[in-house]
Order: sequence, then structure tokens, then C-alpha cells
Amino acid sequence: MANAHTSTFSAFKATLKRDLLIAYKRKNDVVNPFMFFLIVASLFPIGVSPEPERLSLIAAGVLWISALLAALLAMDNLYRADYEDGSLEQLLLSPHPLFFMVLAKNIAHWLVSGLPVVLVSPLIAYMLSLPDGSYHVLFLSLLLGTPVFSLLGSIGVALTVGLGSRGLILAMITLPMSVPVLIAGTLAVQQTQNGASLLGFLAIMGAMLLFALTLAPLASAAALRISVN
Amino acid sequence: MDQTTSATSKQSPAQNQAVLLQASELFCERDDRVLFSGLNFSVSRGQVLQIKGGNGTGKTTLLRMLCGLNQDFEGTLYWQGQDMAEQEEAFHSALLYIGHRVGVNKVLTPLENLRWTCRLQREVSDEQLMSALAGVGLRGFEDSQCHALSAGQQQRVALARLLLSQATLWVLDEPFTTLDVDGVALLENLLQQHAARGGAVLVTTHHNLQIPGLEVLTLG
Repeated sequence: MANAHTSTFSAFKATLKRDLLIAYKRKNDVVNPFMFFLIVASLFPIGVSPEPERLSLIAAGVLWISALLAALLAMDNLYRADYEDGSLEQLLLSPHPLFFMVLAKNIAHWLVSGLPVVLVSPLIAYMLSLPDGSYHVLFLSLLLGTPVFSLLGSIGVALTVGLGSRGLILAMITLPMSVPVLIAGTLAVQQTQNGASLLGFLAIMGAMLLFALTLAPLASAAALRISVN
Repeated sequence: MDQTTSATSKQSPAQNQAVLLQASELFCERDDRVLFSGLNFSVSRGQVLQIKGGNGTGKTTLLRMLCGLNQDFEGTLYWQGQDMAEQEEAFHSALLYIGHRVGVNKVLTPLENLRWTCRLQREVSDEQLMSALAGVGLRGFEDSQCHALSAGQQQRVALARLLLSQATLWVLDEPFTTLDVDGVALLENLLQQHAARGGAVLVTTHHNLQIPGLEVLTLG
């Protein structure tokens, strides 16, 4: 009876499509983190100072922290509904490696929560008076860094999805793991302004992304198995 | 608390090709309360095994253990005579599980739900999906969002998988709870046909099943 089974790739595609479809139908879940990002980033000129000289010093940090908080806000959608309606059990019982199913969900999640933030970041950077030569650095580093937030956050959500009241646990698990990405991302923007080579930073962030891509779904998969137990 | 059912369970699994799933000396406790100990049984091709027992006697726990969703137990499970731990992929390919929570996403339509759960297992065309939905009485509801459907209809969305399934072993947890009279008859019919085709069914329910050759395992 094993003849008509799907390849892992088509199960991967089916899962990716399904999650994108759910995101499309639940627009709130997509729009909320994005709006949160815009609001947090635009509070800084009001709260700190509207002077371009001061803002340009903190612009990169502000954007990165806002992106991280927006990613955290979006995180909970990742497995919660599936856990509650039993879809997660179906995912765990599929004959395909859970690694790829988790990866599909993570990619879908980044496409709807991370990518919009990356795309709009140059606009917010302009508002925060980011120095002229830094836009492409910021954009590229966010492009490499925000998927890592999704992949790492997935571990935290997978661990806490079975808990009734989660409160701050998710943030306490996820944020410390995200700090290296935050450091590399903001340093990349600041140091290239002082003449450092961009490639080095991109290489480090690319390595972080590859590391997260290969290992984080394994951890998420193991955590999910524990959570449904 | 020793419980043994079905004539086949005394034979060693290698001697009997028909035995699909065999459980040996299962022991499980929850919150310091022993749910079952020394539980032995087997499920063979052509068999419908109903698991009975009062509330809290571990019916759902037992089904989740058998599927590999709950690893918190002692004892050994065999799939077609081999240790389950080494047979996971083969077992999951041959398994169809519908749990207490049926795995139907509320914002998706019945068609979209069924498409995803089926494609996790095998390739199915939209025509097949539509006719399966019609087969469980959901014609005309294919494109409504599931939160607009009743609990019984959502249950039927999950049960439509049975019509498309090529799995040998069906594990169903309380599949009758929200179904109406017609639905019950339909499902009983499906279980019977599956057994007649050489499949096996493990089902928990308080409902009195009208299936010839039904075997019962009572917990608690």
C-alpha cells in the first residue's frame, strides 16, 4: 500500500501552502506584528529626539529591536491553532520527516511576518535618518537575520504550546537566543559606516542563518513531540 | 488487572502475518494512578476492535500510545512483528488517526482541510476530494469556512479522510460523539467495509456498534 505515497517535497509544499492560506484568511495575525513594528519604530523620534544627528546614531538599533519584538509578537500563531484543533497531531503522524514539515511552517511564518518588516525597513530607516550609505547593509542584514528569529522562536513556541498560561516564558526562552543575531545585525550597520567590510558581517549572519536552518527545526520537532505528549 | 483479548495474541507475531499491531505488557500511570498494567492485545487484518471503559480509564491515552503520540509508558509495541521503534515510517504510512480533536482548521474550508491532511499521506486530486466530501454528506459545503459548520459536520470533514485513505490501520478516538443517526450508520458501514478489505480498526466509543465480528477490549 506504499505505492501512492507523496514525496516529502509535496507534503512540504502542501504544508507551506496551507499555512500561507491560513495567514491570508486571518489577516489580523499578519497585520498586527507589522503595525506593531511601524508603531514602535516611529515612537523613537517622538520619545528620544527628532534631531537627525541623534536619530542616525540609534537608527540601526531601533530597527533591529523593533523587528525582534514584532517577530516575538507574531510567534504565538505558529503552532497554537494547530495544537488546539488537532492538526499538529496529524503533522506529527505524517510519514515524512517532521524536520521538513516544521521547516515549511517556519518558512511560511517568516514570509508573512518577517518579510514585510524587511521590505518596509528602508522607509522607517529614512524616517530615523539612517546615514545614506547604510540602507543596503540594513536591508541585507535584516533579510538574513529575521528568518533566524522565526526559526529560533519556533523552538520556544514548540516548547510552550502545551502550557495553559504562558505569559513571559516565550520571551524568556526566545530573546536570549536571539541576542547574537541582534548584536551582529546592529554591528554590521554601525561598523560599515566606519569603513568596515560588509562581506564579513554578511558571512557571519549567513552562517547564523545556515546554523539555524539546519538545527532549529530539529529542536522544534523534538519540542513538539514533547508538547503533544 | 491482566487483560488479554483476541485469539491471536498468544501466537508470536512472526508466526502470524495477519497480526498488524501487537502490544505486550503495557503499563501506564498518570499522576501516580495506574491506568493499566500487564495489558496484552493484538489487532489483526479484518478485525474491528472496540476499546471500552468508563471516563478516565485511559482509552484515549492508550490510542495515543499506540500511535506514538504519547511515549510515556512501559511495555513493547510491535508493528507487523517488528519492534515499533524501528518501524516508525512504515507504521505512519499505514496509519490513519483521527483523535478527539479532529484536526480541522476553522478558517479553512472542508476542501482545503481535507486536501492538506490527505497530501501529508498521499497525492489526491480535487475530484477525489470533492467526491469524498459528497460521500460524507457535505456536498454544497465544500467552500464554506469550517467555523460556520456544526460540530457534527466538522467531524464529517475529518471522516472524509476514511474514504480516501489507503492506510491499513485506522485508529479512531470517539468518532461517533457528534454524528447524527445517518452519520453513525455511514461510519459503521465504513468500518465494516475496511475490515472486509483486510484493514483493521481500533475505535473507542460508548456507542453500541452494530458490526459483525466486533471484538471488545475493556479497560479499567
